[in-house]
Amino acid sequence: MKPGLMALLLALVMFLPVASHAAPLRWASDAEANVPFVFHDPADQSRLTGYEYEIAQAIARRLGRQTQFVQNDWDGLIPGLQRGLYDMVIDGIEITPEHEQGVLFSRPYYMTTERITVRRDQQGLDTLAALHGHVVGTLKDTTAERMLQADPSIRIRAYEEETNAYTDLKNGRLDAVLLDGTIALYYGSPDPDLKLAGAPIGQVAYGVAFAQGNSVLRDQVNAALDGMMRDGELHRILARWKLWTPAMAALTGDASTPEIAPEAWDHYRAATAPTAGWGARFDRYVSFLPLLLHGALLTFAVSACAMVLAVGLGLALALMRRYGPRWLGALATLYVEIVRGTPLLIQILFIFYALPGIGLRLSPFVAGVLALGMNYAAYEAENYRAGLQSVARGQIEAAIALNMTHFQALRFVVVPQAVRMVIPVMTNDFISLLKDSSLVSVITLTELSQTYVRLSSTYYDYFGTGLLIGVAYLLLGLPFVRLARLAEARFHTGRQRQGHI
Amino acid sequence: MRADQVRKMFDGHAVLRGISLDVTRGELISIIGPSGCGKSTFLRCLNFLEIPDSGTVDIAGVTITRTGGRWTRQEEDAAHRLRAHVGMVFQSFNLFPHRTVLDNVMLAPVRVKRMPADEARAEALALLDKVGLSAMATRYPDTLSGGQQQRAAIARALAMRPDVMLYDEPTSALDPELAEEVLSVMRTLDNEGMTQLVVTHDMRFARAASDRVVFMDGGEIVEADDPDRLFVAPEDARTRRFLRSVL
Repeated sequence: MKPGLMALLLALVMFLPVASHAAPLRWASDAEANVPFVFHDPADQSRLTGYEYEIAQAIARRLGRQTQFVQNDWDGLIPGLQRGLYDMVIDGIEITPEHEQGVLFSRPYYMTTERITVRRDQQGLDTLAALHGHVVGTLKDTTAERMLQADPSIRIRAYEEETNAYTDLKNGRLDAVLLDGTIALYYGSPDPDLKLAGAPIGQVAYGVAFAQGNSVLRDQVNAALDGMMRDGELHRILARWKLWTPAMAALTGDASTPEIAPEAWDHYRAATAPTAGWGARFDRYVSFLPLLLHGALLTFAVSACAMVLAVGLGLALALMRRYGPRWLGALATLYVEIVRGTPLLIQILFIFYALPGIGLRLSPFVAGVLALGMNYAAYEAENYRAGLQSVARGQIEAAIALNMTHFQALRFVVVPQAVRMVIPVMTNDFISLLKDSSLVSVITLTELSQTYVRLSSTYYDYFGTGLLIGVAYLLLGLPFVRLARLAEARFHTGRQRQGHI
Repeated sequence: MRADQVRKMFDGHAVLRGISLDVTRGELISIIGPSGCGKSTFLRCLNFLEIPDSGTVDIAGVTITRTGGRWTRQEEDAAHRLRAHVGMVFQSFNLFPHRTVLDNVMLAPVRVKRMPADEARAEALALLDKVGLSAMATRYPDTLSGGQQQRAAIARALAMRPDVMLYDEPTSALDPELAEEVLSVMRTLDNEGMTQLVVTHDMRFARAASDRVVFMDGGEIVEADDPDRLFVAPEDARTRRFLRSVL
């Protein structure tokens, strides 16, 4: 590896978020496809925005602290809180008895209701009872989902991303979507093909989540929220986002109706308005490039580091199995079987979230590299084993007869030949590693695939963005293919031709 | 060089039943005998590619005596010292296919003897010249004919400056005219005073070039004599039977 590349990787590792107990208020949310809570400004993808983003800033200001935002996957938000990756989570988390068993909640900072969204031409599906027997989409693990579960005849499709629910509604895979009023307002109502149906249903309260036992911070945040309700700051934020509701008026006892323009809502609508013409579309794609580059760089860094680890560890495992003492070989075999027999996703989550339990805290980058590298090492070990086996016995004998030690024979004669033989297989593995690296998005790393989720769901553009990301992956994979060709040519294997002597 | 009462069992079957052989410096000895008579195993026991069960091997002052039991670390160290004096050439050449001919010859001196690369290269080129392969130095083994490969293998063994050269059927995989290239190199070495032991099926070479011929059968030396005497008037019936079958 070139020194320059090494330095780059090193720099990447060092600047990735690592848990520490510095002064800033570390708060987490899932900013992917998360309008209007916390999301990347469609007009400027490098900027975070959202009404909850503004609330978080206001809270921190009142506590006199800087903020540090931590991106995490929705499913990982609470585990990350318990792991101490950050101090609190603000992401439209509903205050329910189930949730209260796992975390500590602040007082509600927002109240809303559930709304039904249907296709514009749809009639009648405007109450919960009317959904009887229909296919209805919602987000998993929400109040809306539990409401739907009350009627067993409803076929529920529980999604991770709200955009997917609304897209499926448009595509006819769903008859209706039941989701929080905030989400329906931003995803459902602006769409010309969709409409909100019927009256608001039930009530949902959102709270800031803290780790169990962190009542000190909880009390501070409660006081800050209290202040924001009393002096109207919360009202102003919500009104700018067109989110002030009667329920909020009741919650805060604030019946005033100040003239506040819904600037944030207008800004969002303008930025996501369907672009007319290819020129505008092209400009938008060009604006994606910095994000794509960032994602591609991370994907490459994770893959390259994991690759180095996989090759080294894989070779060690193969040598242990073939030439090591029996107990060591058995150990290596056990490793290979365990790693190959369990899903990579579980391994990544385990290394990142479970190992801290035994005192091993790894940064997301290191955890991702370790998980991918250790996983692929098992497959590489099998390749090398086959490679080692195919090196003729006479090669070791010739080396020993030349007075080499067994170690020298392996190092200078057997391993180089085995490596050459497995290079084509290794190339394939590395390209698939490149793709499997998308799994590290579950531990807060926004690599290429995660970038796709973010961009496509922000603009409802799965097609064009998908093509862009696909091209990015292909471009990343090309160097490996070229590298393997070069290596093969340089190493000049030729054993196949040794037949005619 | 001396071997004394070397014995070896394979799967409960005695392959070597107590072989003793004294070799004088500069001698060229051919070892002949029917397939499975143990002649290759005996040769491989001399540099401990095979570990004898019992017996003594003494080469250039390194003596290893086996009295059964596990092959120990100390014995392996001794074998390593002994191999420094012994070169070996194989029936299938066993050149390293991932290295050029020159690199094949240089590898052991540089890695094992820690010889400076320049010096090793100069010596390797001189040796390649000696076996007639100067022009092939930068080629890879698989682009060479069998005879050229075997001569490269001889140069590779010589690069470690051995006192004794062992050949395990060096020409069995070669056409007669290619075999001749290899045998002529061995004759040259004989003239220079190299001690050589050759396991061979080539009776013409054994008879013409050897100082002594050893006939083995059933894991023992049946007869060892001057080639003219052994080929013309063998003393043992088994030798006569064997020679009748191959000549």
